[in-house]
Amino acid sequence: MRFDAELAELRFGTGLGPRVNPAPDIETLLERLRGPDQAAGRYPIASFAEQIPDIIRFGELRKAGRRGDATAKEQADRIKRGTRIRQGQWFAATLARWIDSPDGMRERLTRFWADHFTVAGKQTMTRPLVSTYVEDAIRPHVTGRFADLLRAAETHQLMLDYLDQFKSVGEGSRVARNDPTKGLNENLAREILELHTLGVDGPYDQSDVRQFANLLAGFTHDRRGTVNYQLRRANPGPEVIMGKSYGGQKPRVEDVYQAFEDLATHPATARHLARKLAVHFVADDPDPALVDHVAERFMATGGDLLAVYAALLEHPAAWAPERRKVKQPFDFIATSLKALGLSGPQITRLKLQDLRQGFATPMALMGEAWQRPTGPDGRAEAAAFWITPQGLAARIEWALTIPLALFERVPGDMPDPRQLAQTALGRHADDNVRFVAGAAETRWEGVGLVLSSPAFQRR
Amino acid sequence: MTKRNTLTRRAFLTRTGALGCSMAASPLVTPIALAAAPGEHRLVVIILRGAMDGLDVVRPVGAPEYAALRPGLFAAGGRDETLPLTDFFGLHPALAGLHPLWRAGELGFAHAVSTPYRDKRSHFDGQDILETGAADIGAARDGWLNRALGLMPGSSLRTAFAVGREEMLVLAGQNEVSQWAPDMAFALTAQSQLLLARMYRDAPLFRASLDEAITLAGSLDSGAAPNDYGEALDAMMQSVKSAGRGGGLEKVAAFAAEQLLGETRIASFSINGWDTHAGQTRALPRALRDLETAILTLKSGLGGVWGNTLVLAMTEFGRTARENGTGGTDHGTGGAMVMAGGALKGGQVHGDWPGLDELDLYQARDLQPTADVRSYAGAALAGLFGLRRSDLEARVFPGLDLGAMPGILA
Repeated sequence: MRFDAELAELRFGTGLGPRVNPAPDIETLLERLRGPDQAAGRYPIASFAEQIPDIIRFGELRKAGRRGDATAKEQADRIKRGTRIRQGQWFAATLARWIDSPDGMRERLTRFWADHFTVAGKQTMTRPLVSTYVEDAIRPHVTGRFADLLRAAETHQLMLDYLDQFKSVGEGSRVARNDPTKGLNENLAREILELHTLGVDGPYDQSDVRQFANLLAGFTHDRRGTVNYQLRRANPGPEVIMGKSYGGQKPRVEDVYQAFEDLATHPATARHLARKLAVHFVADDPDPALVDHVAERFMATGGDLLAVYAALLEHPAAWAPERRKVKQPFDFIATSLKALGLSGPQITRLKLQDLRQGFATPMALMGEAWQRPTGPDGRAEAAAFWITPQGLAARIEWALTIPLALFERVPGDMPDPRQLAQTALGRHADDNVRFVAGAAETRWEGVGLVLSSPAFQRR
Repeated sequence: MTKRNTLTRRAFLTRTGALGCSMAASPLVTPIALAAAPGEHRLVVIILRGAMDGLDVVRPVGAPEYAALRPGLFAAGGRDETLPLTDFFGLHPALAGLHPLWRAGELGFAHAVSTPYRDKRSHFDGQDILETGAADIGAARDGWLNRALGLMPGSSLRTAFAVGREEMLVLAGQNEVSQWAPDMAFALTAQSQLLLARMYRDAPLFRASLDEAITLAGSLDSGAAPNDYGEALDAMMQSVKSAGRGGGLEKVAAFAAEQLLGETRIASFSINGWDTHAGQTRALPRALRDLETAILTLKSGLGGVWGNTLVLAMTEFGRTARENGTGGTDHGTGGAMVMAGGALKGGQVHGDWPGLDELDLYQARDLQPTADVRSYAGAALAGLFGLRRSDLEARVFPGLDLGAMPGILA
């Protein structure tokens, strides 16, 4: 059970393909993560802040539209359509990054942490903006300190919105005293403790949730969508969370940040995250020794994520030859496109309708609706959750039909199935997939079968 | 009848024509031997994910504290349109379509119920407890309906059906159950079927899912073998288009009804959208309309079989007695269960009412639960399928004291 360059791309990266240059060792893998984020530069995704003017304009126009101004309604619809088109472009950019990235593990980590800190937009204009949140709050921090990632995610406009924080005001706040209909909302405080840091088995209780919610009160966004900390909504402290007192009579945003720091480096958080990483990358039921090893490194480095990934990669259990994880639907589609030899620009040039019919809707049929999570706990990990009759049927149908449909739209030929098995899996192509690749009657069926194989579906 | 013949024919073709040697190991042989389905009663369990606000759905309008606890919510949430149930309770106006069922004795409720889950108020743990039927988190990894299935003589793959794309833990476990999303087309050439089966021979999870998919798609006539790539692509696009059309819940309920008219006796699916932390007067009616659609679609789809059917709609916990600062309610404890069907002794709100006075509330914030929601589920399983009290208390709901089982069946 030691390092294997092909396995590294399959298990920790975005898969193999005709243009992949696998890292020869763990140090190179980490070096690439430490280096510049090249894929983000090539396939840009906008920030949330850039979308604010449209959100404001849309609100004004819709109001006018409701008063009977037909032109305003039309303009509002145009803005709405524009945002939806951008969401499609960002979806294509995300696929293109997976296909062309020189450090696939960065893409995997971005997706992992974006799921850990799941958000969804709740209004017409914010629903298509999840990619901007990932770009602002998640991606820049996946190789930094967990504490910074935590703070960036929890204080992003979309998170404050998704978990109702922006409406919450402290129980003793000026706003609550003046307006008895306004008050505390526990949602974000609870999910930070339960999902984002300590874990549900963590050492907190209802009173900690309440106290933490009072501490968080003050974080909101203004009408223009800019996040800020408003003293009149904040609670006069101190608040006591798991025995530690934060702040004083006068609320300060630094006290909230201190609580984030403490939660981010808590031993329960280290364990929770170590296990989650091991479950995501290695096995649904990971070796406890692997989890311990990663958790110890997390504690020893105060949550330095690169060191944490190094601990994961250097443990022998991470290189077990049996590939036990099943790719999630997005990962299946992205790694298929890469294995087929398609390039990032070929995907980003596709029409919105092709992106929807070729990728987004099939993904939903496989059980993953793009950026429409079922809850703040994110996607399931268990193989049996994804490989159900309808989930597998959707994967097979996609593999049999969409690759050829794509090659009818872009230059180039669909690969020979036998070649595909070799390119996509290298030494990890088993006898079953090699036999089937050679036995298929037609090229489209052969390609579909290789992509449907357990060897390709697992990592 | 046509459906059943189709299913049998396709199962036969795929097995003997394509896979040849695997007859003995195949789960597909079982659908033919389904005559001994256990009894004529039907149970539909709907999981309401996100914690339904029982106090807004079944409103204790007779309690003087109610309006005071929810000054904004009650007034803006259709106070004057509240539909009469008993002299104490009223029904949320968004369920007006179900009110005729109440008068016909085919709609009822249990109030102030909960699972044994307390205090951390996590959706995910709450749903875990609700669906595993255990007293503690992690105490069971399978669902209570699945364990119940194991106690029903003559049950088989089609006896219980999870409908839709969502994972239904309540039905997951050792005993085989069916699951399918009704808008899925699945068309394979004979050669592809043969090769897939060979490729999956060492991968049991893939193999079992493939076999099921082929059978179920065949039973819906959406699995006709394509002759060429064009036909395969058409089938794929059919799935894509129907998934894009929405109206999912009606399709789910109609498909469940169709299965229940055949061999299926237990069906389960979920309805989301109950987590009304903010803007409850808009969000709750949306979810309630889904619930109403599901129940009415089941009733019309089942026809005469509706008379033998019980629907239980359960949620992980209730919500705070007071409205919060954002026009909604937060996670609470005691809640309500919705029951429907011709097998129900309806027209009643079951349960002991704990009161809404500050001192009556659980932790001074939530409706105090006075009954375990599992005792209602237990009463349903005993009455519909003849499960014994001892089995229910030891195996389906370990550690539960069923006490005097609530009389919910007609």
